[in-house]
Amino acid sequence: MKNDVNGVALAVFIFFFVAVTVMGFLAARWRRAENEHSLDEWGLGGRSFGTWITWFLLGGDLYTAYTFVAVPAAIYAAGAAGFFAVPYTILVYPLIFTFLPRLWSVSHKHGYVTTSDFVRGRFGSKGLSLAVAVTGLLATMPYIALQLVGIQAVLDVMGVGGGENTNWFVKDLPLLIAFGVLAAYTYSSGLRAPALIAFVKDTLIYIVIAVAIIYIPIKLGGFDEIFASAGEKYTKAGVGGLIPPEAGQWTYATLALGSALALFMYPHSITATLSSRSREVIRRNTTILPLYSLMLGLLALLGFMAIAAGVQVTNPQLAIPQLFEDMFPAWFAGVAFAAIGIGALVPAAIMSIAAANLFTRNIYKDFIKPDATPAQETKISKLVSLLVKVGALIFVLTMDKTVAINFQLLGGIWILQTFPALVGGLFTRWFHRWALLAGWAVGMLYGTIAAYGVASPTQKHFGGSAKEIPGIGEIGYIGLTAFVLNVVVTVVLTFVLKAAKAPEGIDETKPEDYTADAGDPGVQVELPPATAGSSH
Amino acid sequence: MSDAPEVNRGVVTPVRVVIALCLVAPFVAMLWVGSYAKTDPEFAGIPFFYWYQMLWVLLSTVLTMIAYKLWQRDQRDRASEKGGASE
Repeated sequence: MKNDVNGVALAVFIFFFVAVTVMGFLAARWRRAENEHSLDEWGLGGRSFGTWITWFLLGGDLYTAYTFVAVPAAIYAAGAAGFFAVPYTILVYPLIFTFLPRLWSVSHKHGYVTTSDFVRGRFGSKGLSLAVAVTGLLATMPYIALQLVGIQAVLDVMGVGGGENTNWFVKDLPLLIAFGVLAAYTYSSGLRAPALIAFVKDTLIYIVIAVAIIYIPIKLGGFDEIFASAGEKYTKAGVGGLIPPEAGQWTYATLALGSALALFMYPHSITATLSSRSREVIRRNTTILPLYSLMLGLLALLGFMAIAAGVQVTNPQLAIPQLFEDMFPAWFAGVAFAAIGIGALVPAAIMSIAAANLFTRNIYKDFIKPDATPAQETKISKLVSLLVKVGALIFVLTMDKTVAINFQLLGGIWILQTFPALVGGLFTRWFHRWALLAGWAVGMLYGTIAAYGVASPTQKHFGGSAKEIPGIGEIGYIGLTAFVLNVVVTVVLTFVLKAAKAPEGIDETKPEDYTADAGDPGVQVELPPATAGSSH
Repeated sequence: MSDAPEVNRGVVTPVRVVIALCLVAPFVAMLWVGSYAKTDPEFAGIPFFYWYQMLWVLLSTVLTMIAYKLWQRDQRDRASEKGGASE
């Protein structure tokens, strides 16, 4: 790690950072509706976003700074196994094509802001809804923390806040400033801020990737050279390889599938989805979002380039920022760092809004103050979004980075356990609410215990997300195994409970709610007509 | 296809089968890791394993697009059959 500050890169970085900060605050005035004190306005941007804004927002939301740092870092460290992110993001879109429009429709019809809102409405169970909400919160918190880790990686390579000997305050000051600013504009502008900033973020990212994927291979003598030296490194280190070994194929496939199933269970994915204007916007987006997957694939290749370029870092997370620093002229390295840094701000903002919505709707309103007015809900949500970010900051500053990564790993396993209640619920009322709750509990418990038991060369616990699948004997993603257990328990108990005539909850939704589109009778239109018309 | 019964429950039509196939194909291709876990043939110096999966990003996009278009048409036909408005 370098300790001297790269002045030009830093100046470019700060320029972009200031620019998006101004945008973040101005976003409050962007497409503003009359009723700005409702949670729909602050937390869902008025449910008004069209195809392109949704595309940028979802792209900015799902492909986070941590992704940009971690995916090539995994390739850098272990080769092919890290590439599972590509099939994972390929599978996401055909999957959500089937269920997301239904969620949009029913949420619009009934004014649901979170997935837990839907689960409560569908199964008439506050307990199940609470379980989904708590899982969402638990899974989101470390994810926000990881965005900070992404920013830290960039700052480290730029030479600010690096150095082991500087005192903690100086060391963490840049991060504190970045997050102070983020917290302030999220508070004032809500979801509109990340939606607007996402444009900048993605434009920068696409430029950086396009340049990197052409410029770096030319400098390194072509892809032949790159893969040859990468292959050599894996063989010499005895870790990883250019293609997954026979034994690693189950892991590869189950990780891809499990992650794909989990992605749209995350509260922040749903927040971005529900902010869109119509059902069509979502379906159309499933056909254009894969552009990001293509970019992710190219980005993953940077991991090999880092090896070929002779980047030597003890922490693989620093490999890509270091590659940019080594290969690019200083000013362009600054652009690349800005892309990663801003890439962290967008998802961090959306995640904290999503977590705040969950807390407000499904814990505060359901259990603490049932008669809260929309204005009170918004106020609580704004405050919680601050608390969540402060929590993430403390997490990153006081604990080892690996703790955040471990929790993020667990978060993925946990969030997948809400799939039966959510997606199951979108298609059928057959599942019994208590069976779903039991299945969820079993999945959570198994997943946590299994992940705890995974050791790696550097860690005794939570050393990875794959473990032998009981009964099959192959190594597979723990989250998916837990999910299968979850479904089995849910189905069996549903039969039992139905036979025992256990009371079913009241379903407030009707079959036609799931196909309703904007403009249909009864579908809430949150925006005043003038704004809705002009945004078209 | 789980999504088919949106307008008219339980009717399987050839179009809907095609939609289902379009959406299922990427799963078959990507989860069958053994079919592409090899280095040859290379493309521009990139091992098969990598360019094949990148190619599937494009293929799955095209397939999802076809599914989307077919589904739109399917919904329109249903709507007009029922004698409702065109959208």
